[in-house]
Amino acid sequence: MDLTTFLIQLLNALQYGLLLFLVASGLTLIFGIMGIINLAHGSFYMMGAYMAFALTSATGNLFVAILLGIVLSALIGFLLEWGLFSRLYKRDHLDQVLLTYGLILMFEEIRSMIVGDDVHGVRIPEILSASIQLSETLSYPVYRLFMSAVCIVLAVLMYWLIRHTRLGMMIRAGSSNREMVQSLGINIDLIYRLVFALGVTLAAFAGMLAAPVSSVYPGMGNQVLIICFVVVVIGGVGSVWGALVAALLIGLADTFGKVIIPDFAGLTVYLLMAVVLLWRPEGIFRRI
Amino acid sequence: MSSAIKTSRSALLATLLVLSIFPLFGSDYYSELLTKIMIMAIFAMSLDLLVGFTGLVSFGHAAFFGIAAYAVVLVSPQYDPASLWLVLPAAVLAAAVAAFVIGLFVLRTKGIYFIMVTLAFAQMIYFVFHDSPLGGGSDGVFINFKPELRIGETQLLDLGNAAHFYYIVLLLLVATYVFLRILLRSPLGHALAGIKSNEHRMLSLGFPVFLYKLAGFVIAGALAGVAGFLSACQFGFVTPEILSWHQSGNVLLMVILGGIGTLNGAAIGAFAFVVLQEVFSALTKHWQFLMGTVIVLVVMLLPGGLASLTQRVRRLLVGGGSNG
Amino acid sequence: MSHEVNRRQFLISSAAVAAGLALPSAPLFAQGAKKVRVGLMLPYTGTYAALGNAITNGFKLAVEQGGGKLGGSEVEYFTVDDESDAAKAPENANKLIKRDNVDVLVGTVHSGVALAMTRVAREAKALLIVPNAGADEITGPLCAPNIFRTSFSAWQPAYAMGNVMAERKHKNVVTLSWKYSFGEQSVAGFKEAFEKAGGKVVKELYLPFPNVEFQPYLTEIAALKPDAVFVFFAGGGAVKFVKDYAAAGLKSTIPLYGSGFLTDGTLEAQGDAAEGLLTTLHYADGLDIPKDKEFRAAYASAFKMQPDVYAVQGYDAAQLFATGLAAVKGDVGKRDELVKAMESATIDSPRGKFTLSKAHNPVQDIYLRKVEGKENKVVSVAAKALADPARGCRM
Repeated sequence: MDLTTFLIQLLNALQYGLLLFLVASGLTLIFGIMGIINLAHGSFYMMGAYMAFALTSATGNLFVAILLGIVLSALIGFLLEWGLFSRLYKRDHLDQVLLTYGLILMFEEIRSMIVGDDVHGVRIPEILSASIQLSETLSYPVYRLFMSAVCIVLAVLMYWLIRHTRLGMMIRAGSSNREMVQSLGINIDLIYRLVFALGVTLAAFAGMLAAPVSSVYPGMGNQVLIICFVVVVIGGVGSVWGALVAALLIGLADTFGKVIIPDFAGLTVYLLMAVVLLWRPEGIFRRI
Repeated sequence: MSSAIKTSRSALLATLLVLSIFPLFGSDYYSELLTKIMIMAIFAMSLDLLVGFTGLVSFGHAAFFGIAAYAVVLVSPQYDPASLWLVLPAAVLAAAVAAFVIGLFVLRTKGIYFIMVTLAFAQMIYFVFHDSPLGGGSDGVFINFKPELRIGETQLLDLGNAAHFYYIVLLLLVATYVFLRILLRSPLGHALAGIKSNEHRMLSLGFPVFLYKLAGFVIAGALAGVAGFLSACQFGFVTPEILSWHQSGNVLLMVILGGIGTLNGAAIGAFAFVVLQEVFSALTKHWQFLMGTVIVLVVMLLPGGLASLTQRVRRLLVGGGSNG
Repeated sequence: MSHEVNRRQFLISSAAVAAGLALPSAPLFAQGAKKVRVGLMLPYTGTYAALGNAITNGFKLAVEQGGGKLGGSEVEYFTVDDESDAAKAPENANKLIKRDNVDVLVGTVHSGVALAMTRVAREAKALLIVPNAGADEITGPLCAPNIFRTSFSAWQPAYAMGNVMAERKHKNVVTLSWKYSFGEQSVAGFKEAFEKAGGKVVKELYLPFPNVEFQPYLTEIAALKPDAVFVFFAGGGAVKFVKDYAAAGLKSTIPLYGSGFLTDGTLEAQGDAAEGLLTTLHYADGLDIPKDKEFRAAYASAFKMQPDVYAVQGYDAAQLFATGLAAVKGDVGKRDELVKAMESATIDSPRGKFTLSKAHNPVQDIYLRKVEGKENKVVSVAAKALADPARGCRM
């Protein structure tokens, strides 16, 4: 592999990893702060992608669609937490796993009933549809660079939110001692609701962002879900920083695995996980 | 958690009787279905040992089921039926060894990490069979002849014969049930129960907790292997999907559905799950929605599973009564 | 108390078992004239649902055109959604064969599922007509008197493309496909023709099915700099691949070719990225065949949408069975005569008339098509009356 190709593959790995981070960050947040394991997280990613498709068809503009989609997802997340997930905090992990597993089935079928089973494409907006020539045969789509940039911005925003705002402080406090925070007069229920809505929105936003480059199809959430779990396992539950590092590692393993050991490409990510677990059974990082 | 419900001898024997005579009256298709249910019951009971009696929620149990199934296909010769003497122990051993190796990794974690890590390892095994040339890849592999049992020149049992197969499955179901009951009453069983209720206490009492957990994990894996062996023999066909996390989720569901910590519950859960699938898929193509709804409702409203349903109904009808 | 609980458990279980016993297998004696039982095992949910529906529509259209009858016999349908799940395939096939006692089993789309179905049908000696799945084995090592196919084998369109690409003076080619039987057989078929005509397949790339992260492979293709690329993808994967290929700027530097599935049913989602792509398939738009024009008009008026190759295959499956039924006058018990009639049938298909090979696979023209707007317009006949070699078939 020559240097140019290597660098381009590195770029591919980075872009894939950053998108993965975006989806996984929501999962690890919900997990770390509320202690809920949510298997339906992949369904939110799918929901975002289908929203992007439906809203772009309706409004003709991807950016408008994404803005609308963000609002919608936050609302849905809010309602879901209020109606269903808030009852799960006291239940044990097995119940959470099964209930959210049941939710996956329901969400897939609801999607099928509302939107049908066809495969759809979402158009890339004009201003981002160019490609940058990287080598004499290969060019790199500007939209993918845009996606990576957005993921980085979001990572920074999340870090700032959690470490440098009052809300972030309340969230972190609430995750270690819920009763104490409540007795200090802070509405912990509302905070949990906000965090859940944030997690859902992050996943949906990732789906919306990725929709133009992945197609929109049934079952797209399932593939993403398992990899997200591996991200959380490697990175450490509840650690957003860990999710970033893990996602990038996975991006590298997956991309270079496909090129170097194509027969075992699917395994590389799990081998990586096994190695990390040997070294640190609870993931690389532990706190938020 | 509820303590193990005492078994009612007559109820069990009656169920056994019904199962034994079913093939004589039922149609081919429903006998086949019941065979599948019995295989799933073995699978679910093996998981109940981990989840219900040791408190280890494994989301990757399908891995051992699948490894045994693939072992059957890989060990069977292409143009002859394999010998039961060879294939059954090989399959169960493969599952047990896999459980041992994976157990060494995953049993170092607890609680939520354990769930995730078992899921991840099962996925790894899934990809081994899905991507590599080991099996037939994503399309699966076949055996051309199902195993048989021979002594010398005479063929005693042919697993390709539907009736033979049904009774072998029934026999193994009973054997698994009896084995587990005995195990649970043994010192190992008591140790596992102790680990479930308070692991720290067991540690402080000097029990080698890790070894006990590993033993339980391997036994559960081996029993899942028995189910996997039977599943491969039923249609002579194995695909990577039997190792998927959906399968792991389904068997977990069966255990919950029936009521964890009660061995009968696992079997009932397997029965209920398969029957629900059959009924729902005949109703609508969106049957998974109904299935998902049932799952959500059972988790939200029936923490004790179906086994507790009768208790609740009684309490509702009779009214009041003691708590607990 | 526990005694009571367990008795209840037992009662519930045995009640359900008894109910299972009582659940009728479909009645074997119908009122009046004997209806022919058609079992449709197709995907009605998931990524291939549109294909399952198209095949069903095509089949039913043929029945409708026969006055609600197939070869003179009334038809009764039994349907099972196979969910494109190979693991459940044997059970699902048995639902139709053993529970519903169908006279013919029609299905399916996904090759993995179809392979399992074929084995079950062979063992049960049930009549099976495959209206899509192209796995070579079905009319190869698994061929049998009771197994028929009205679609294609993976080898056929790919082999035709091999010749086309050689004629267009491409010398070094890279192939890319999903790593499962259909993908591998497509590449093998292409390679056979292309290398026989003097070309060279520089590298065969595969990615795990149904993975759609193509970027690393696109980068590798660009690094290898072949004259052209041959791929097999279908459905959602095809949509994404064509778009990614164009976005990576490869479309203008390294010409892309594929078997027809790359652009069939996907043009709407692919948009401009697919414009001008050349593919090979046994069907196309703009065919100058009267039967095709007739078929398209009838289909459009019945289902309010345009038919595709899958609808044609379903339609032809019904026509094939009808020929057999007419010959035995609806008496499906006369299996040998039924099979003989089907074997020697000439199907008047919208794709053009075709006959069946000895292994029961269509011997048909493969068209070269070009994407123009929303259509795969026929350019020429890439291979005339191409028969799959049916390697491994002993019939």
